[in-house]
Amino acid sequence: MPVISYIQAVTQALREEMQRDEKVFVLGEDVGKRGGVFRATDGLYDEFGADRVLDTPLAESAIAGVGIGAAMYGMRPVAEMQFADFIMPAVNQIISEAAKIRYRSNNDWSCPITIRAPYGGGVHGALYHSQSVEAVFANQPGLKIVMPSTPYDVKGLLKAAVRDPDPVLFFEHKRAYRLIKGEVPEEDYTLPIGKADIKREGSDITVITYGLAVHFALQAADKLAEEGIDVHILDLRTVYPLDREAIIEAASKTGKVLLVSEDNKEGGIISEVSAIISENCLFELDAPVQRLAGPDVPAMPYSPTMEKYFMINPDKVEKAMRELAEF
Amino acid sequence: MAENRHEKLGLTDDQVLEMYRIMLTARKVDERMWLLNRAGKIPFVISCQGQEAAQVGAAFALDRDKDYVLPYYRDMGVVIAFGMTVKELMLSGFAKAEDPNSGSRQMPGHFGQKKNRIVTGSSPVTTQVPHAVGIALAGKMEKKDFVSLVTFGEGSSNQGDFHEGANFAGVHKLPVIFMVENNKYAISIPVERQLACEKVSDRAIGYGMPGYTVDGNDPLEVFEVVKQAAERGRNGEGPTLIEAVSYRLTAHSSDDDDRTYREKEEVDEARKKDSIITFGNYLRSLDILTEDIEKQMNEEITDLVNEATDYAENAPYADPESALKYVYEE
Repeated sequence: MPVISYIQAVTQALREEMQRDEKVFVLGEDVGKRGGVFRATDGLYDEFGADRVLDTPLAESAIAGVGIGAAMYGMRPVAEMQFADFIMPAVNQIISEAAKIRYRSNNDWSCPITIRAPYGGGVHGALYHSQSVEAVFANQPGLKIVMPSTPYDVKGLLKAAVRDPDPVLFFEHKRAYRLIKGEVPEEDYTLPIGKADIKREGSDITVITYGLAVHFALQAADKLAEEGIDVHILDLRTVYPLDREAIIEAASKTGKVLLVSEDNKEGGIISEVSAIISENCLFELDAPVQRLAGPDVPAMPYSPTMEKYFMINPDKVEKAMRELAEF
Repeated sequence: MAENRHEKLGLTDDQVLEMYRIMLTARKVDERMWLLNRAGKIPFVISCQGQEAAQVGAAFALDRDKDYVLPYYRDMGVVIAFGMTVKELMLSGFAKAEDPNSGSRQMPGHFGQKKNRIVTGSSPVTTQVPHAVGIALAGKMEKKDFVSLVTFGEGSSNQGDFHEGANFAGVHKLPVIFMVENNKYAISIPVERQLACEKVSDRAIGYGMPGYTVDGNDPLEVFEVVKQAAERGRNGEGPTLIEAVSYRLTAHSSDDDDRTYREKEEVDEARKKDSIITFGNYLRSLDILTEDIEKQMNEEITDLVNEATDYAENAPYADPESALKYVYEE
């Protein structure tokens, strides 16, 4: 099986979906001739032309809103926000419109749009090229939010997002783009949106996380294995709506749960995961649920010292795991 | 006798009579809804009164079998012309399960009906503008020859979504008709406190499209300019911005009191130009709206409104648990 990078999996999924269905098209800033500032749409302009790989004016609300209009008509638009940080001007379109179109029309209209955006830090991107924005959207029924960790998951979940009958936010970790490589089948496949995935079986402690942090947890788990600590790792993959059954099962399996997120700690995805566990797993728990996340400051600073301080990394995850195992 | 202006526009006597009938129907439904609101029977009304001519004139200039409309909350004239029935409007007013716009999930005035290509809308204003651009883009990609008409108030022409949507349509030469229904007020804020430019249509040049300001009390003037805009769109010449100037004859909504911010004399003066009167007089002077026809038309509309009111009042509410349905595809 070919080994490709995380971002190549994005491009491959888009190309295959555009080949499969003429109603699929991409739109965004610099997605056409330039092939995206990260090169996520590299080669698509040459293959599919300017009409299906549409360079738009620099205006995020229009990118989302025009995509929503096309989706209501029956197209399958894939809109790109150049950075997740720049999705903010489009929030009204996403929350007031995309999320509510099916509901408010009593199922008469629907909005099958996919909105992709690179998120996450550790790339010297400072406050406005590093943020995790999933929590902004994660209490908006009608939306789905996918945040894959591996190239295999990227391809299967992005294809599923494009085919999904409802709006999907697809957040890609920009540091994972070239850092993370993995085996990806050349053939067509999809993965179910809304299903978490066990990335490592273990029996002593459970780590529940998503995105790049899955890899930090896997690295830390390998180290702890040498000390005889056996770590179970659940990758949420879809952070909204959450896979409650998988969370309850993973938490109950070891009774000791560490939740990891790169986002600010308060009010994030893992806060909801913690609530699900406390509602359902009281008698299975052997330790208080632990959260490892970014500090509650507006976003991560540019300076390398402060950026490093903000970011979670394998060492921080390993330390938190060890403390929990020893509880 | 007035000069026959509609013949030159390609409109028959029957067609202009039908325009008037729809304008009058919208007015009478609206008036009934106010009565029902003041009688405590329906919680909310937001009015079309004063804008019927612009709405119906524009709708008649489109191909009502294939074009798309993205109305705003005052556009009862547009949606009736596009096929929504009086009964359906009343079901929405009474918030009953059968309301085709939203199954009684949304307030009245939040139109949407896929079978008639009336695109669902929300309350945050101007969000429908980029949607109209997206629908036109889809049509261009699919090599269809429909246009989309999006309407909104002059207040909405200050929102980012207007400017972003207009620019997008201008750059990509999309068949969109942007029609501003300038009724001179955004709730209490008069137009001179809304716009730094003289006319909303002055904004067109910034987006590479022609802009026209027309008398929104004259359905024929609106018809003519929208017809030309639709032809431009179908010929691949891109979008058009149209400003139809009229006046909001009622308060903003049933929860507003316009006496707190405008003079009665101003409203009385505007009522003299009310299109129901002026267009009616035009048709009377040409002997198209004869006494007999008018009497019959009034009776038919009144019957329709009465029947719709009774039906909607007696129709069942939605099951409470149905609030859980259709968050996602089921």
